[in-house]
Amino acid sequence: MAAGTGNGRTISGTFAAVRGWLLLPSWLTIGFFLLIPVLLMLVYSFLTKEFRGGVIWEFSLSAYDQFLFDRGLFGDDPPRIEWTYITIFGRSIAQAGGATLFCLLIGFPTAFFIATRSSHTKVIWLFLITIPYWVNLLIRTVSMKFLIRDNGPLNEGLLWLGILDDPVKLINTNFAVQLGLFYSYLPFMVLPIYASVERYNFVLSEAASDLYAPKWVILRRIIIPAVSPGIIAGCILVFVPSLGAFLAPDLLGGAKTFMIGSLIEEQFKGNAGNWPFGAAASMILLSLVLIVLTFYARAQSRDQV
Amino acid sequence: MIASDQISAVTLRDVRKTFGDFTALDDVSFDIADNEFFTLLGPSGCGKTTLLRMIAGFESTSSGTIHLYGDEIAELPPNKRPVNTVFQNYALFPHMTVTQNIAFGLQMLGWSRSEVDARVREMISMVKLDAFVARKPSQLSGGQQQRVALARAMAPRPKVLLLDEPLSALDLKLRQDMRSELKRLQRETGITFVFVTHDQEEALSMSDRVAVMSAGTVQQIGSPAEVYNKPENRFVADFIGETNLLEARADKVQGDTVTCTLPDEGILLAKTNHAVVPGQAGTLSLRPERMTLLSEKPQDDCLKGHLKDMTFLGTDTQFEIQLDNTLTLNVRHQNSDGNELQIQSGQPVYIRIAPNAARFLVS
Repeated sequence: MAAGTGNGRTISGTFAAVRGWLLLPSWLTIGFFLLIPVLLMLVYSFLTKEFRGGVIWEFSLSAYDQFLFDRGLFGDDPPRIEWTYITIFGRSIAQAGGATLFCLLIGFPTAFFIATRSSHTKVIWLFLITIPYWVNLLIRTVSMKFLIRDNGPLNEGLLWLGILDDPVKLINTNFAVQLGLFYSYLPFMVLPIYASVERYNFVLSEAASDLYAPKWVILRRIIIPAVSPGIIAGCILVFVPSLGAFLAPDLLGGAKTFMIGSLIEEQFKGNAGNWPFGAAASMILLSLVLIVLTFYARAQSRDQV
Repeated sequence: MIASDQISAVTLRDVRKTFGDFTALDDVSFDIADNEFFTLLGPSGCGKTTLLRMIAGFESTSSGTIHLYGDEIAELPPNKRPVNTVFQNYALFPHMTVTQNIAFGLQMLGWSRSEVDARVREMISMVKLDAFVARKPSQLSGGQQQRVALARAMAPRPKVLLLDEPLSALDLKLRQDMRSELKRLQRETGITFVFVTHDQEEALSMSDRVAVMSAGTVQQIGSPAEVYNKPENRFVADFIGETNLLEARADKVQGDTVTCTLPDEGILLAKTNHAVVPGQAGTLSLRPERMTLLSEKPQDDCLKGHLKDMTFLGTDTQFEIQLDNTLTLNVRHQNSDGNELQIQSGQPVYIRIAPNAARFLVS
């Protein structure tokens, strides 16, 4: 009996050791590509800036101070709230939220449509959804810029058809940024919702219909709650990268649509940058994202009874 | 059961359903009476579930009409039909509690909050789930989920309750308990039940009438005793209960009594439902429990054979008897005190067949 127990312990001990080694690649990946960069960013955000880019290894809160307060040109005025960056953050959240909503409105019906096709047409539709993503995001965004510019094919086409008398200003507008974000991240909305709808038991819709529910009530009270994990996952997958996106705002928007991603990008570009400030803005962005994810995790664990 | 002055609950006329080249239902016509426990019985693919789904409104008819208490319903969507369904795997709403599930249909019908509450409480005590009202379906056992499904479907007081193999997911003991439970609920509520099953025992034990279906057509409709004792055809005789099917020829016909000849020239008296003419070929159905095994040759007519094999089944013993030619018959003998049968393998035995035990079937 005692020998048996000892033996069992050895086996499970060996197993645990092997499992530890097997997990090593994951730990290394997470460590090198996630934890260390984030920690580095955190450290840099508390350093002093060097004027030609880079940092001086000296503790300083000035990056966060610069983000939040305006102390005048020479830094000796009484601090006032600095609205510039908060406005950029606010705008970014609004843009990302708008893009998420836009993606949800188009993505949900699309995902539903694909999930209810026969199994071999499903594959074709999913393939079609993912085809544009074989092309680099930068190239796609530049193409979008070309399409919607004042004398681009879209405007020219509408003029030629007589729908417009004068070209519509699309480029460098909020709408253009929205369009760019929407186009960049739509599959991230479609695919998780598709996965949820795919698992949805359509007999539940029949049961609701049998219990006198009209179609839109079935959608609202039965289908949407059942596929909500996919909807929430899709929203996060669109909202989070949209919040930090800089390609679409840079290329399709103008100065008035300056977003947090571009702000951070600029701090690390060329000689004019301010690394600690860029790092501080990144940390603030990261905190915002973590707050959103925490709410999601709470909602998820509440649903799982 | 069916009074002529009474309007029937469900009236099916020439109901047909085709899926491409496949005919799922082939011009089915029959009536289901008010307050009846009616069962659609048949093997999988016979069209019974399709027929139920048509009454519920989940499938359209290719042609034919369906009337519910006199009203044509074939064009109505499911949410406009005063029928409710108990689904095979219950289809309970997973994100709702027991109470919310049962209340759903009532809310959709626009009942007031107090009416809904009262009715839900009534249904919960009817199916004895008082301790589980706040649970979600995933926290209930199969039998409890089954009860919620029943309560949910019966709460809106449907004119007809449709049950699609509701017991098939339960284990044997629970299934047997639920049979009498369902029968009780049907009697207490007076709701017309249309029950779909492939389990003949379920059908026989609960139903007022059974429709035996095969390949998209109704083979026979009758009380459990009728379909068991007087099968219309070979399919019904074979599908319901156990039977021995033998090729036979009608020699003499007197009313519903046919004198038939077996391939081995053995002669038997049988009853028939059909107009049989002498010389007609057909099939004899012999129920194993209606035949008597004797070790001594009796005075009256009997078949002779010898014991090939025997299987002890608890209440009965099944004997496989080899008749004088290649035919074998299964005979059941009840194991009660003073009824022991002492025969050895290979020993000659005699089988007495009462005239009521054999049915002559023409198709």
